[in-house]
Amino acid sequence: MARIDLDHIRHAYMANPSRDEDYALREVHHSWDDGGAYALLGPSGCGKTTLLNIISGLLTPSEGKILFDGNDVTGLQPEERNIAQVFQFPVVYDTMTVADNLAFPLRNRGMAEAEVQARVAEVLEMIDLVDIAGRKARGLTADLKQKISLGRGLVRADVNAILFDEPLTVIDPHMKWQLRSQLKLLHRRFGHTMVYVTHDQTEALTFADKVVVMYGGEIVQIGTPQELFERPSHTFVGYFIGSPGMNVLPVALDGARAQLGQQTIALPGAASLPDGKRTELGIRPEFVQLGTTGMPVSVRMVEDIGRHKIVRAMIEGHELAIVLDEDLSVPADPHVTFDPAGINIYADDWRVKLGG
Amino acid sequence: MLELDKVSKISNGETHINDVSLRLESGSLNVLLGPTLSGKTSLMRIMAGLDRPTHGRVLSDGKDVTGLAVQKRNVAMVYQQFINYPAMTVYENIASPLRISGADKATIEREVDRAAELLRLAPYLQRTPLNLSGGQQQRTALARAIVKKAGLVLLDEPLANLDYKLREELRAELPKIFSESGAIFVYATTEPSEALLLGGDTATLSEGRITQFGPTVDVFRDPVNLVTAQTFSDPPMNLLPMEKKQGNFVKQGVKDIPVPASLSHLADGPCTLGFRSHNLSPIAGPGTTPLSAEVMVTEITGSESYVHLIHEDQRWVMLTKGIHDIDAGEIMDVHLDTAHLLVFDRDGRTVRAQQSGA
Repeated sequence: MARIDLDHIRHAYMANPSRDEDYALREVHHSWDDGGAYALLGPSGCGKTTLLNIISGLLTPSEGKILFDGNDVTGLQPEERNIAQVFQFPVVYDTMTVADNLAFPLRNRGMAEAEVQARVAEVLEMIDLVDIAGRKARGLTADLKQKISLGRGLVRADVNAILFDEPLTVIDPHMKWQLRSQLKLLHRRFGHTMVYVTHDQTEALTFADKVVVMYGGEIVQIGTPQELFERPSHTFVGYFIGSPGMNVLPVALDGARAQLGQQTIALPGAASLPDGKRTELGIRPEFVQLGTTGMPVSVRMVEDIGRHKIVRAMIEGHELAIVLDEDLSVPADPHVTFDPAGINIYADDWRVKLGG
Repeated sequence: MLELDKVSKISNGETHINDVSLRLESGSLNVLLGPTLSGKTSLMRIMAGLDRPTHGRVLSDGKDVTGLAVQKRNVAMVYQQFINYPAMTVYENIASPLRISGADKATIEREVDRAAELLRLAPYLQRTPLNLSGGQQQRTALARAIVKKAGLVLLDEPLANLDYKLREELRAELPKIFSESGAIFVYATTEPSEALLLGGDTATLSEGRITQFGPTVDVFRDPVNLVTAQTFSDPPMNLLPMEKKQGNFVKQGVKDIPVPASLSHLADGPCTLGFRSHNLSPIAGPGTTPLSAEVMVTEITGSESYVHLIHEDQRWVMLTKGIHDIDAGEIMDVHLDTAHLLVFDRDGRTVRAQQSGA
């Protein structure tokens, strides 16, 4: 297990990059805790795979250094970094049994056979493959093969880090629940440093202690799921996390008040900003209360998605999404109020701290 | 209208589709929901005319088209694995069905631009597909299906390889785009949440059979049997095998659960209670019954927590608002909201509520 330091890392796939836009990965400078579970989350092209490949050693960054527990590994090949990797698609040896597949990385490193057996038995138990331990991998479903890949990623106790690249893509939804909770449990038990790349917010939020949200080659926020939900530091985080994402409404600010068209909204604190910034108010659909008092809205559509409803409304000419409980309905003369605890203010897309 | 009449598909002695009858109206959105290998793709291939059914007939607007090849039908298909012409630009890829049908230049430009705008491909029109990300390649394939204006549009897990947010947006937009055209729209997915977001009608599939077909939310709320309930549940449906004994569901070690009045006609004997993750709560409320369970692990999404539980040999998931980080191994009382209970008889059929009065 190791702490991972990303020291002023930048990467460009083109030769002689000059502008920021030339970099697939712009300045990344962070330290990740030993034993932490990190998810790299973002849309395609955000740089998350580039960053993962720099950590694994598949890619050498154009600039900067990467350190494991203070040791510079920037120039080391993946096999010299003592890491385990699990990929999007299963990588298993078809002619080997399930147990031998798991034992492979251990035998490769010359571990004593008794120890190999003990370790394999433990992993088989964890990933619930005891019943088919003696079967050849050939002919197993993609689900099961991917479970073997996950097991192989977890079998070595002494790795610096385990890297996962969208490991649940080929897994059916029901099995995802099981595998995700097992991974989380394993992390709790063994405390590996884990880095998990995904574009699926549910996977990222439920797996990780810290979610690293990437956008346009930059890390825009590192935070706990709760922080990302309650205090998105960038409008992109508000939009990308949550389903539907945060409502972002253009407002004019006046101390502790925000003006949205004809409506005045009291803020939890005053914003002091230099002139010329584009200012917006962010409020998640979960923090909008639909009722008969407050600001008038017109309801365009109600989507019933089972355990709750999503109300698509208009407020002062802007779209507003509202989450409504399963057993509630839209009042005849709909109005909304914003829960002050759920209000965030943004200037040029970055969150502004509100004063007392 | 497209009609499947008692269609089966058997190959190499294996039954892939088992006696499926289905009527899809023009302008309708139909979701095929089921796990991998439940028959979604096989069914679509029969609808498209790529495969001939072993038994049964396929009717298009009342006309038997069972043996008619795909080229002779007005069908557009998009697969999970994106397929484009690698040597053509994105623009030409999207335009290709229009060129084949001999559309004029102005029409081609207008339609390609509209589709490109919708799928956010406008900046990439002059690139070739291999210089695009996976998501952009799939959007190109979708754009081509849109401009084709086919009478039957088959989408086989088309968003599975796309970014989650893009999926959310496309899910909202795709039905609108296709419904304008009056086409029959069939969308296969493994994900219950995707079916709910798409709306329309849903057919749940299990082992080559359609277990239920109806308005999506109705199938979700009132599944006719346990298999449908399980297929249409994410997180998985929580189950509790019990025995009905007069006015209560009883089980050793579990507090009696009163049988709802609407289900009093159910005969005494073994049955299974089914309930969804959001019908369990860490807090007691009116009409709840406490159940003891061991916490395995908790997942926090930011606004909600999924608590994975073990009750005897059953795995359950509880979805609760707010942040609850409960230690693994803890034994806790979880409270079941009995108002939304599903009850399945010993054959796995849902016990229907009896209407009082009328």
